[in-house]
Amino acid sequence: MGAELRVLRRRIRSVKSMAKITRAMELIAATRITKAQQRAAAAGPYSREITRAVSAVAGYQSTDHPLLTEAERPTRAAVLLITSDKGLAGAYTSNAIKEAESLTELLRSEGKEVLTYIVGIKGITYYTFRERPLAGSWERITEVPSYADAKEIGDALMAAFTTPTEEGGVDEIHIVSTEFVSMLSQRAAAHRVLPLEVEEVSEQELRQAHGGQALPLYEFEPSAEAVLDSLLPRYVNNRIYFALLESAASQQASRRAAMKAATDNAQELAKVLARQANAARQAEITQEISEIVGGANALADAQVGSEN
Amino acid sequence: MAKLQVELVSPERELWSGSADMVVAKTLEGSIGVMPGHVPVLGVLEPGGVVAVHTGDGTVSAAVHGGFISVADDKISILAEVAEMSDEIDVARAEQALERAQSGDTADEEVRAEIARARARLRAAGRES
Repeated sequence: MGAELRVLRRRIRSVKSMAKITRAMELIAATRITKAQQRAAAAGPYSREITRAVSAVAGYQSTDHPLLTEAERPTRAAVLLITSDKGLAGAYTSNAIKEAESLTELLRSEGKEVLTYIVGIKGITYYTFRERPLAGSWERITEVPSYADAKEIGDALMAAFTTPTEEGGVDEIHIVSTEFVSMLSQRAAAHRVLPLEVEEVSEQELRQAHGGQALPLYEFEPSAEAVLDSLLPRYVNNRIYFALLESAASQQASRRAAMKAATDNAQELAKVLARQANAARQAEITQEISEIVGGANALADAQVGSEN
Repeated sequence: MAKLQVELVSPERELWSGSADMVVAKTLEGSIGVMPGHVPVLGVLEPGGVVAVHTGDGTVSAAVHGGFISVADDKISILAEVAEMSDEIDVARAEQALERAQSGDTADEEVRAEIARARARLRAAGRES
């Protein structure tokens, strides 16, 4: 067998086995998306209720709570960036990093110092390789985030937020996560968590949500301030938890798409290589035939010569 | 008689939901019992407390650590950062946890919280301690 044919056959074998691997990874990611979505759906009721409770309290209170008011001159901001722990997820991590970089740029142009907190090994490696300082980092929680993880991150961020700015505390907290738009599309997006922007809901929508009635007049135990005090940190934890869950689903969706593209490419490549291998084999056969014919002719010529 | 719509949710999932006649919970100010027609209330639950939901055919109780109760229009939501339903509680493990915590430094806030949690678990499971 000719050298060219052997090389091509070897490449076909390796491309085909790679396609098998990426195909398996695609299927695994597909099942994990469903699981991640189920987890996000299970977290829905709590998320909905706590948002409702926060807007109910914040609606009554004159907003002078430290977690709701903006600092007069914000000088430092924290950015929590959620990336993945493993690669092979397409542009998932780099999109999130890009979004974080542009947010950082924006905050710097407003004269704020930026502290970066990162979730996920890929993001941590990106920053440490460039020797950029990290204020905090968490690893190996991105695929199946638990509420305890979110609480740990939330506690760290709340501690930074409640520290006075002069002692290194932050005035704002932003989250950069990847939103799950659909199975085929995920979008990196930045949101400000603190100071809280209690979503302004128009009165009409509120009425609709309560079956045509105004928001009930709550009694607070022990007091509106105390309720808000213990509600807000939990609301922040919940926002972080939700961002982690959504990012986990996005990560798997992104990985599935990347692996599907890899499988398709490998199959295409195997086809091209098979054609080249066929051509090489045919060329070899043609050459062998012409060698035999040439040899036979030469022999015949020699015999004709000797008879004379 | 009107019924209450009760939802018991933790951040990770909904633990229980259904209709009930009365809900008893302990807020920072003391126990409250909520029956249909109660005024809207938003209260902070005592750490290591027990929430008991009286349905027509029995009582559902849960140990709730760090949570809220929100009552409006006969709808009750109990939001718990950590919650365990009474039938999910491992009594032997809770007892061990209580013993372990009590042998620790009881002046330490975390140890006290641990004791309160273990007690709540045992109370929810129907074992007074």
